[in-house]
Amino acid sequence: MREIDSNEIRKAVRDMAIAAAHDLEPDILEALLAARDRETGELAWNILDLLLTNADIASRERIPVCQDTGTGILFLELGQEVHIQGDLNEALQEGVRLGYEEGYLRKSVCDPLTRKNTGTNTPAVVHLEIVPGDHLTIRFLPKGCGSENMSSLAMLPPAAGTEGVVRHVIDRVLAAGSNPCPPMIVGVGLGGSFEKAALLAKKALLRPVGEKSARQDVAVLEERLLREINAKGQGVHGFGGITTALAVHMEIFPCHIASLPVAINIQCHAHRHKEIVL
Amino acid sequence: MSLLRSEPAFFDNLPEVRLPFSPEALTSLEAGQLVSLSGTLYTGRDQTHRRLCALLEDGKELPVDLVGQLLYYVGPSPARPGRVIGAAGPTTSYRMDSYTPRLLALGLAATMGKGARSAEVRQAMLAHGAVYLAAIGGAGAFLSRCIKKSELVAFAEAGPEALFRFEVENFPAVVINDLAGRDYYALVAAAKKKGEG
Ligand code: SF4
Repeated sequence: MREIDSNEIRKAVRDMAIAAAHDLEPDILEALLAARDRETGELAWNILDLLLTNADIASRERIPVCQDTGTGILFLELGQEVHIQGDLNEALQEGVRLGYEEGYLRKSVCDPLTRKNTGTNTPAVVHLEIVPGDHLTIRFLPKGCGSENMSSLAMLPPAAGTEGVVRHVIDRVLAAGSNPCPPMIVGVGLGGSFEKAALLAKKALLRPVGEKSARQDVAVLEERLLREINAKGQGVHGFGGITTALAVHMEIFPCHIASLPVAINIQCHAHRHKEIVL
Repeated sequence: MSLLRSEPAFFDNLPEVRLPFSPEALTSLEAGQLVSLSGTLYTGRDQTHRRLCALLEDGKELPVDLVGQLLYYVGPSPARPGRVIGAAGPTTSYRMDSYTPRLLALGLAATMGKGARSAEVRQAMLAHGAVYLAAIGGAGAFLSRCIKKSELVAFAEAGPEALFRFEVENFPAVVINDLAGRDYYALVAAAKKKGEG
């Protein structure tokens, strides 16, 4: 049994919240850079260039990349040989609260009915998985809502087949227009159950940008979706060009013989994420 | 990261337009045009709109005269000590669609956010001679530097959703809906279709 102090967890989450808001990871920076260098539209090229400059300013001057510093989404993989001293959930929430307060981040969480802001950006959404081993991996994905609001879940009939899935994903992505700040990353969760599909779609966003699925047929589908989405020409911020999406990531899971759940979780170019292993 | 350039010259050489717009400037704006805004504007998003429209509903006076002004949909992140403001890029505009025609009827001349507007808003813009612009979504750190002054005007209790008056300099924006009724997002889609046709 390995002991991890909840104070250590709290501090790690606080630091991740602040770092995520200001310092984009190499995967998204490289994807934006590659997109800029490929781009043919003049306005689109210049906006991609500006987004790289924006990331640079954010990191150097400690101004958040985007003012929507998001809802905190935490993915935990907890080794079954780990024992946590103290209250895990409290440590996570307190870490988020401290990060948003001390990092000058925007508090965007409110009661869904009264719309009253909780004032702390908590509660964060926590997903916990128990895995073998004696480590705790924490991933922090602050999610802005311009893109989150364009996400969707559909229970397609199995007869829709692969073509039905492709059409559905493309329709949803195009309907989002410039609302989610394209270029976007499209997370697709295919199969499982109602809630599993949604979780898969979000988890798909945790993959390094542009990394293909390990399953060959899924990788082919990802590539086709990306190609077809970009061929529609909505482009960066809806101003035309060849970069509506930077990547399509699809996660799949077996589903019921009568079911074909498809969830789409859209992520914007301000793809902020951090990871730590304790 | 050494790959990044420090200053994009493209955005330094845009046609300059003063805020609030003069009637001539407003008329001259064309869908698809990139402009550099300097002057004063007001801010507001979901809660500001809800509160403004509630005041109108009750027949009360608004805390600010919106006639001829530009309303920017933004909820900035808090300013660090010594700074004017935090990140301050646009939020998605359609969430304001149900409130916008009322404000346009009062004489609001322009709105700015990101994403397309509803048919009702486009119609109201035509009826009242107003325009809609898009700011660069997700460029909050860059845009923060274009805001030279920020003053709280109303609804402090709404936190980041309060109504502020900004003084901006060289703030880049794209004209989406102009006075002639053109819509830049629709023009892009139509041009693409024609190219395929
Ligand atoms: S969609 Fe993303 S980049 Fe755009 S405003 Fe929201 S958080 Fe920022």
